[in-house]
Amino acid sequence: MTQKDPDLLLLHAPLLRQGMTTPGAMRDVLYALAPATLAALWFFGLGALLVLVASIVGAVLAEWFFPGSRQRGESLLDASAILTGLLLGLTLPPGLPLWMAFLGGAVGIGLGKVIWGGLGHNLFNPALLGRAFLLATFPIPMTTWAPLRGSDSFFHVHASNLAPPFMQAQIDAISSATPLGLMKFDQEVTPLTNLVFGNTTGSLGETSGLLLVLGGIYLWLRRDLDWRIPVSIVVTVVVFSGCLGLADPVRFPSPLFSVFSGGMLLGAIYMATDPVTSPVTPRGTWIFGVGVGVLVVLIRVFGGLPEGVMYSILLMNAATPLIDRYTQPRIFGR
Amino acid sequence: MNTLRLLRRNFDHGVHPAHHKKQTEDLAIQRVPFVSHYVMPLGQHIGVPSRPTVKAGEQVGRGQLIAEPGGFVSTALHSPVTGTVREIGEFRGIDGQFSPAMQIEADPYATQQLESTTGIDWMSLSLDEFIGQVQQAGIVGMGGAAFPSHVKFSVPDGVKINRLLINGAECEPYLTNDHRLMVERPEDLLLGAEIVRQKLGAEETLIGVERNKPDAIEILRQHIQPGQPVRVVPLQVKYPQGAEKMIIKTVFGREVPAGQFPRDVEVNVNNVGTIVAIADYFLRGLPSIERIVTVAGPGVSYPANLIVPLGTPVREVLRFCGGLKDETREVIMGGPMMGRPIASLDVPVLKGSSGILAFTDAETARPQEYPCIRCGRCLEACPYFLNPSRFARLAKARMFDEMQQYSVMDCVECGCCTFACPSNIPIVLLIRTGKDALRASREKPE
Repeated sequence: MTQKDPDLLLLHAPLLRQGMTTPGAMRDVLYALAPATLAALWFFGLGALLVLVASIVGAVLAEWFFPGSRQRGESLLDASAILTGLLLGLTLPPGLPLWMAFLGGAVGIGLGKVIWGGLGHNLFNPALLGRAFLLATFPIPMTTWAPLRGSDSFFHVHASNLAPPFMQAQIDAISSATPLGLMKFDQEVTPLTNLVFGNTTGSLGETSGLLLVLGGIYLWLRRDLDWRIPVSIVVTVVVFSGCLGLADPVRFPSPLFSVFSGGMLLGAIYMATDPVTSPVTPRGTWIFGVGVGVLVVLIRVFGGLPEGVMYSILLMNAATPLIDRYTQPRIFGR
Repeated sequence: MNTLRLLRRNFDHGVHPAHHKKQTEDLAIQRVPFVSHYVMPLGQHIGVPSRPTVKAGEQVGRGQLIAEPGGFVSTALHSPVTGTVREIGEFRGIDGQFSPAMQIEADPYATQQLESTTGIDWMSLSLDEFIGQVQQAGIVGMGGAAFPSHVKFSVPDGVKINRLLINGAECEPYLTNDHRLMVERPEDLLLGAEIVRQKLGAEETLIGVERNKPDAIEILRQHIQPGQPVRVVPLQVKYPQGAEKMIIKTVFGREVPAGQFPRDVEVNVNNVGTIVAIADYFLRGLPSIERIVTVAGPGVSYPANLIVPLGTPVREVLRFCGGLKDETREVIMGGPMMGRPIASLDVPVLKGSSGILAFTDAETARPQEYPCIRCGRCLEACPYFLNPSRFARLAKARMFDEMQQYSVMDCVECGCCTFACPSNIPIVLLIRTGKDALRASREKPE
């Protein structure tokens, strides 16, 4: 028998790989967010869908426009730009003019990711950077909360959604206050069941706590999510706001209210856990989570705005390289 | 309390690759017939190469000494076959480099006849004599590292070895050579273990076997005589359970300090194949001239567990197994996690060659490499608790000194990080680049 020599590759060991890929992990987050996103659309109607689409299109176009060192469009395949657009969209008010949402997505990817060198190199969470830009630039539309759809048709679109670019249209939607706003300015407590199921005023994704938690559990089961971060944030917020609540129950909200209101769960489960911008060491993730939790309560209680999740995460993003440096794991046998 | 300890018995981190052992785990060991030529590299163990004691043209018998130890960390070589020494020169080894080796042409009428077939009265040997005999037998670690066994047995004065640990974990996927040895030769394994235990003065022998080999665990337990100080310890199936420091952590719950040896926690660890080789030598006078090799993988026509005389070209072993399938893309010596790819099928089987594995497109197709997103899966995989993602980044930036600060030299290149990486970054390769650069700069301090 003759034996022909095959043309042998010299691939380095290990030859075997587990199945998960980075784009797969990104897609998992999209799947995990799908139920909460659909609930938001149900509560807010078509206008909300348009806001999400505008933000995603802005993010994807920016990624496509600044390809960095890679082939144009190649970096879109990892699905991270879509995820950034979706996450940003979920932090926006449902009545936001679409061009603002588009701009937010583009700035988030452009300034938040591409200029750092693309996926894996950015210091700040791109979606939150986009939102910080929007909040600084358009403070009124960003804090004008359109009410729930109620009995209106699903296809009802807020007039403010369709405002032409750079013409600051007067926000004509009847605005209503968010649970956090009511708490901060009027000491009025929204019932917890509304917070859990999501039929409250607010940004798109900060509504249904239950579905956000379920998505988080899915990610945890898929091992896409470091459970330490959401757990440490939530525990810190509960303990810290609980202590404040003991001191003055009228002025300070109850711990459960703190957890289920505002962008708390969206931020803790889906944004603070962005692996690129959070510490990689186990001890580091605990420090990071506790830091976010403390900042959230401080900003919510003492800050000028009712919400503080965004700034808390961005500030801790900045501390991430340092945390990683000082929390290197103990090495085996040392 | 004891049950709780048993349940928690394990090392931390590690990964769970599919076992892929079904192909060969039930195939009895067969003997590969003699072929026409053998190549015996003089440095097939860790340490100083052996020194030839025969000349080109000389007749040698099977099992005859052909090279003596070149130093203390070195070992003897014996002819795997009866025949004639054709050439002592440079031959290509499995790393693709030329190195000193001896070519032996087999006698066409070669038989299994040994030069010496008498065992050794091991009972009357002192520890030093025993160690000398092991070196003369050319026995090295058969798990793959090929570290001379007599060096392992030589403990400094004042160090006591309390326990002998036999490593039958065989955590590398595809490999079943240790499994088959435990199933087919339990008496020899236990006898070899008893020889080593008595010589080292250890109180107890423990045999660690991963739970995916229930037949081996069962058979070994049946062969232990009542009152014999031997225990079989089933281990969780997890890679790298068979790494020396990991199996010690699992069985004894103790971490061997970095830079130290198992003897520093009063343990001596030996692979199953090594212990059987010791039994073969002391009971029958058979030196280290052959070993069990698993030939498997999707590219092999007829997978098998084989007794292969050392120096047999891989090509001949594969020919015995029906050759490679046309779709073969890669051949690896050793296991798929830590083995070495070979460029040529003409390289010989060595004392450390536990497997010859052939892989096809399905295993060698690589998705594109994505940027590191710092997901931390490699940190959760690394059994030494290192930070592989940082090593990869630093190596790409050629910041090798920084890598040293993060203890890159503690990495044993087990491959867990690379297995776990969703971005398909060749982390082990990058780490190796850094380690090589650091070693080079240490040798030339300019």
